[in-house]
Amino acid sequence: MAKITLDQLAHSYVPEPKDDADWALKTMSVDWSDGGAYALLGPSGCGKSTLLNIISGLLTPSQGKVLFDDRDVTTAPPEERNIAQVFQFPVVYDTMTVYDNLAFPLRNRGMPAGEVDSRVREIAGMIQLEDMLDRRAAGLTADGKQKISLGRGLVRPDVNVIMFDEPLTVIDPHLKWQLRSQLKALHQQIGATMIYVTHDQTEALTFADQVVVMHDGQMVQVGTPVELFERPQHTFVGHFIGSPGMNVLPCKVESGTALFEGHPVPTIHSLHAHPGGERLELGVRPEFVRFAEDGIPVRVTKVADAGRYRIVETSAGGGDESAARHTIRLLVPEDDTVPSGGAHLRFDPAHTQIYADGWMIE
Amino acid sequence: MARKTTDQKGWLFVAPVVALVMFNAAIPLMTVVNYSVQETFGDNVFFWHGIGWFQDVLQSERFQAALGRQLLFTGIILAIEVPLGVAIALAMPRKGIWVSVCLVLMALPLLIPWNVVGAIWNIYALPDIGLFGRVINELGFDYNFTQSPFAAWFTLIVMDVWHWTSLVVLLAYAGLSSIPDAYYQAARIDGAKRWAVFRYIQLPKMRRVLTIAILLRFMDSFMIYTEPFVLTGGGPGNSTTFLSIDLVKIALGQFDLGPAAAMSLIYFLIILAFSWVFYTVMTRHEGN
Amino acid sequence: MKAIRILAPTLYIIFLLLPIYWLLNMSFKTTNEILGGFSLWPREFTLANYAVIFTDATWYTGYLNSITYVALNTVISVAVALPAAYAFSRFRFLGDKHLFFWLLTNRMAPAAVFALPFFQLYSAVGLFDTHIAVALAHCLFNIPLAVWILEGFMSGIPRELDETAYVDGYSFPRFFTRIFMPTIASGIGVAAFFCFMFSWVELLLAKTLTSVEAKPIAATMTRTASTSGYELGLLAAAGALTIIPGAVVIWFVRNYIAKGFALGRV
Repeated sequence: MAKITLDQLAHSYVPEPKDDADWALKTMSVDWSDGGAYALLGPSGCGKSTLLNIISGLLTPSQGKVLFDDRDVTTAPPEERNIAQVFQFPVVYDTMTVYDNLAFPLRNRGMPAGEVDSRVREIAGMIQLEDMLDRRAAGLTADGKQKISLGRGLVRPDVNVIMFDEPLTVIDPHLKWQLRSQLKALHQQIGATMIYVTHDQTEALTFADQVVVMHDGQMVQVGTPVELFERPQHTFVGHFIGSPGMNVLPCKVESGTALFEGHPVPTIHSLHAHPGGERLELGVRPEFVRFAEDGIPVRVTKVADAGRYRIVETSAGGGDESAARHTIRLLVPEDDTVPSGGAHLRFDPAHTQIYADGWMIE
Repeated sequence: MARKTTDQKGWLFVAPVVALVMFNAAIPLMTVVNYSVQETFGDNVFFWHGIGWFQDVLQSERFQAALGRQLLFTGIILAIEVPLGVAIALAMPRKGIWVSVCLVLMALPLLIPWNVVGAIWNIYALPDIGLFGRVINELGFDYNFTQSPFAAWFTLIVMDVWHWTSLVVLLAYAGLSSIPDAYYQAARIDGAKRWAVFRYIQLPKMRRVLTIAILLRFMDSFMIYTEPFVLTGGGPGNSTTFLSIDLVKIALGQFDLGPAAAMSLIYFLIILAFSWVFYTVMTRHEGN
Repeated sequence: MKAIRILAPTLYIIFLLLPIYWLLNMSFKTTNEILGGFSLWPREFTLANYAVIFTDATWYTGYLNSITYVALNTVISVAVALPAAYAFSRFRFLGDKHLFFWLLTNRMAPAAVFALPFFQLYSAVGLFDTHIAVALAHCLFNIPLAVWILEGFMSGIPRELDETAYVDGYSFPRFFTRIFMPTIASGIGVAAFFCFMFSWVELLLAKTLTSVEAKPIAATMTRTASTSGYELGLLAAAGALTIIPGAVVIWFVRNYIAKGFALGRV
């Protein structure tokens, strides 16, 4: 177990980084408590794998510190950090049996044979490989091999942190959820800190207690799945999480009221001070938009059936011909009628936020 | 992998290949088989000789000596070139501009006509005007490959290593390059030492390329003709007369059709047998 | 450890380049200078040897002949290997596995075995001393190699590509030339490279099947060595020039060397 602290961490793959774009990871500081299940969620290229490799020691950061239980491990190699990592595709030692695969990390550390045996059998039981111990590792299916990778991580008694780098990528879809729930159960059983990197929000939101959303090398928001859904701190979080994502519309703030296309929109904020920033937007999830008698005038453009509800696309704005039209999506339960042609929308004030340059204002 | 459908029109597609290869293989082979079981006293008159030539060849000291030399040569070659090639491939950089440069420079000896290879080493190893020969003699060794069988063998082996090791390097390097980084990372995390990484990750993953490399080097060194011919002509004496050189002497030099043909067939069968054994042994674990 | 990783390839490359350097060294010396003394570089630098080769027809035709039959062979081998490899990779037909194996065994045949039979065969069909004779003879071992390499590449291309093309209305020839071949372009490059390589370097068959008209440079060189005494400078220059086509070819396929080995059968 370990508490992980990242102190002013940043990383660039370029030797002389000049501007923002050269930094794969922009300066961040965060504390992760012992035994938690975390997810690093973000699209390809957002820096999550870089961050993972820095924590595991496969990469040394350009600046900043990594601390395990307040011990500086920034430059320590992986073997000294007591971490385990499961990779995107199964990494097994083909020429060895399953047993030898699991025993490998222990034997390398000089553990006596008796202890190795009991530990290997214990872990094999946990990941349901006890019947396959004598089989050659090369003969297992992809999910079996991933379990071996996982097992090699669990088998060391001193493992602080287990990291998963998109581990379900090569697994058959119908086995994915099975493995996912096994991972979740394992976490509750062992209590080690687990960090799970993925670009799949379902995986992240179902596995983790706390999700770290990353975008462009920055940690954009850290929170529980519920928090991320209900109170996205950044427009990116709003976009990325939820399907369909949050509606982001340009707005103005005048005399303490937010205005969209000239219509006042109540929000969660009390706008005493005028928010700074160049670009003001308001965000509201389709789940919190409703048709109403009055409100923002829109034209219904598309209705898609998603089973228990329908995703309705509407188009707003365009007072004069040259102004752009904005798309606003909302979810309508399957039994409700959807008006055609012109309609009005209301946003739930408790779930409407204002963003300045992408970040939610105070 | 592509799925296959049963379709006899496949024969249409392979017809040109079959025609060309059969022209080159079947007809000469028939000729060889023909000569191997017949005897002639000239004037195109042939008599049935049965397996007589085969017996003569197999029992002849000359053949056995040539075979022995060939086996020794091939054995030494494999024992040097394969480990050396793998070692160089392991030491080479994985990425960067030096990779291309290294590969191109290393491939150069492979593309030199074989007689030029022999000629280069012929001059290079001369004790008075060749760099190699001169240096060795300066170091105190009495080195002259035209006179001493040991020196001749030594020169031939160094020449072949110079000529062909790069093939092993290229193949081994290709095999190594296909190993994803994650394996090395996992090994670091597992605390594996350098030797364990080689034994459990690199060597198994290179199994296929190594099989091909060993097979190719075995076959080509067993069939070697031009380079030793140009360098030593089979001498001094016949200390470096390997199977091909001996065969050509008998066939084109003495025009002893019968023995030459019988020897050809025996030669070919030896290679086939060895190759088959090699191949089976090395791929027995493949399974799929 | 890092030091060995730099030292080993460096030493190896130096080992490889030294004899070539020596060859170049001698090509720029006169034969007298070579025989007269030992020097690491030419005391009297001369281009006379190269001049002879470029002006004397007996020499430069040697190169032209070699390049001709090598090019012929590469084109023929790859051209017939393409449909055959396609058949092996896409179809199952009677005897296909045996045929494939038989093809590979031809690679195991020593050239020495074929020297005399080829001499008789090609003389019998009146092709003795022609470029096409050597080109065809080299097909014996180049075609199996080309088929083997191409089949490996083709098997990596999913059948769906073919099927989509047919659905889109492509006839087979159009599909093959417009879609399939570009997809396996690197495979064709690797196969062509190997065909070139084995044909360019082979001497025994090339010498046996030619005498004057299609005499390869290799034969010209060996003649020089034996008849007119050792004209070492000339020999060295001739040898140095034979390295150039090979170097050029490697340079062009340098990106494919490692990739091509890996993508194909290996």
